[in-house]
Amino acid sequence: MSDPFVLGGIPLTSRLFIGTGKYSRNTLIPEVVASSGSQVITVALRRVDPQSQENIMNYIPSQMTLLPNTSGARTAEEAVRIARLARAAGLGNWVKIEVISDQKYLLPDNSETIRATEILAAEGFVVLPYMSPDLSAALRMKAAGAAAIMPLGAPIGSNRGLQTKELLRILISEVDLPIIVDAGIGRPSEAAEAMEMGASAVLLNTAIATARDPLLMAEAFREAVSSGRKAYLAGLGPVEEAAVHSSPLTGFLN
Amino acid sequence: MSFYETVLRLEQLPYETLWKQFTAEDVNRALRKERLDEHDLQALLSPAAASCLEEMAQRAQQLTRKHFGHVMQLFTPMYLADFCVNHCTYCSFSSIYDFPRKKLGPEELRQEASVIAASGFRHLLVLTGESRKESPTAYVKDCVKILREYFSSVSIEVNPLSIEEYRELMEAGVDGLTLYQEVYHQETYRKLHIKGPKRVYRNRLDAPERGCQAGFRAVNIGALLGMYDWRQEAFFTAMHARYLQDKYPECEIGLSAPRFRPYLGEFNPDSDVTDRALVQIILAYRLFLPRAGITLSTREPASLRDRLVHLGITKMSAGVSTEVGGHTQTGGTPQFEISDSRNVQEIIDMLIANNLQPVFKDWDILTVAPV
Ligand code: SF4
Repeated sequence: MSDPFVLGGIPLTSRLFIGTGKYSRNTLIPEVVASSGSQVITVALRRVDPQSQENIMNYIPSQMTLLPNTSGARTAEEAVRIARLARAAGLGNWVKIEVISDQKYLLPDNSETIRATEILAAEGFVVLPYMSPDLSAALRMKAAGAAAIMPLGAPIGSNRGLQTKELLRILISEVDLPIIVDAGIGRPSEAAEAMEMGASAVLLNTAIATARDPLLMAEAFREAVSSGRKAYLAGLGPVEEAAVHSSPLTGFLN
Repeated sequence: MSFYETVLRLEQLPYETLWKQFTAEDVNRALRKERLDEHDLQALLSPAAASCLEEMAQRAQQLTRKHFGHVMQLFTPMYLADFCVNHCTYCSFSSIYDFPRKKLGPEELRQEASVIAASGFRHLLVLTGESRKESPTAYVKDCVKILREYFSSVSIEVNPLSIEEYRELMEAGVDGLTLYQEVYHQETYRKLHIKGPKRVYRNRLDAPERGCQAGFRAVNIGALLGMYDWRQEAFFTAMHARYLQDKYPECEIGLSAPRFRPYLGEFNPDSDVTDRALVQIILAYRLFLPRAGITLSTREPASLRDRLVHLGITKMSAGVSTEVGGHTQTGGTPQFEISDSRNVQEIIDMLIANNLQPVFKDWDILTVAPV
């Protein structure tokens, strides 16, 4: 079954986006790319060091769509500046806006993110804002020109899963843009659940990077995301509170 | 409100009996909690916790990997000047010692910077002794402007300044501030700081907060362990960090746990901080402040540093010289003796062997310059 996901004009067959932070060695990155089947990879511009041999960019396979992120930005201005530098450095015109002013819980600042989305979308970037799941903020990001919305499932790196499930459900049903669940997913089953709910894709880093066997975990996520997507497309049966007889009205005929 | 008010309250606690009242059960309870409070911190620093170090270490490692992954940030210090008007009883730069003092001129600075940058460093910490005459803010500012050409991030460890002065330095490109209280216990503080402006306890205590108010991205604090009872000093340090973290959520608060090292003089502190004690302190910091960066300096011996990389540390210095111009010149006076004198490549190899990724660049001050 063909089910391509077109984002920023690029058709994607994989709905698993991965990260590049937290690995014990950069040489794991191409291996994780291969086992995850992912086609989109996010990289923090702050970690890019073109003058160094160890530059993280040297490890990203060329077929990947790069999603530079503005990690480290605390204001819209910083995010804009980082995005422009990323584009000038040849990292393409996709950008994940990450504006975090709270260093304690690392929660995104939605209002600064909206401002940055406006500026960057107007400059022709494919903007993917990372946000706290809030309907009105998501609608404003859409109006500002976002290409997709990336709400968090739980705080970054927390591996707590879909703590914001109800809010994600609302975004998925109300916002007419791809919803990519970002942050918080710790288990393949949670990725599958997000996909079953109708998320267009999921992005994760910590769950793979800090697993005992990152390659096996990447594969587990690849399968979970694809299963979750299939279940969504198949149309899940309605959930019933009590067990229901398979033919409640005609069972007496047996 | 300043942390000084907390100091005044914490000073009233009956430490002699307080440490004894904790049991291993209290420590285990703290280990199961999400957000630890003041009492949990005390439990983790208490003698009872000494028997729970392994459990603490497991949890600390888990938290560190979850929040920071398998990466270790590397930086190196650069001494700009060793002039100092203070007499601190634990430091070779003290004004009572007679040796030829120096400060780097622009050319020497460039040479030093290019040698350091060539070894891979992108994050630099610049230090001076405390002399508003020989190394005033304007001098530091001029140096930083040059250093920005070589490094992605420049932090300072200089005498406490006003908010305005901190702002000025930020505009010149400084993005982090390191400032150790050295000693939180007020009476001991007065005894160890014999002469000079550093005697004013409160001016130093409030300086990290002024740094937060000025808007530095990162502020790093610490107590010089060994100057007074380590449990109490570590307790005050962690409380100070929590205070800053709660009040300035936009600033990245970090901690260091430097132990006293031999220097020019004869002073020998009373309190002996053993390796076990140091480990307990670092673990308590990590558990109490799961997201705080924890820095480990070359004051510690190589063999111990190799073990500590798994116990909560997120930043390490490497390739260190504690004398002015020490990367390109000889004949300077080191501020104190370092212990891990391995070169940068050796540190990189050690990290890789420990399944950790050495990271030289994690921020770029260029990215925050006005658009
Ligand atoms: S610790 Fe600092 S202030 Fe004290 S003597 Fe040394 S350089 Fe001067």
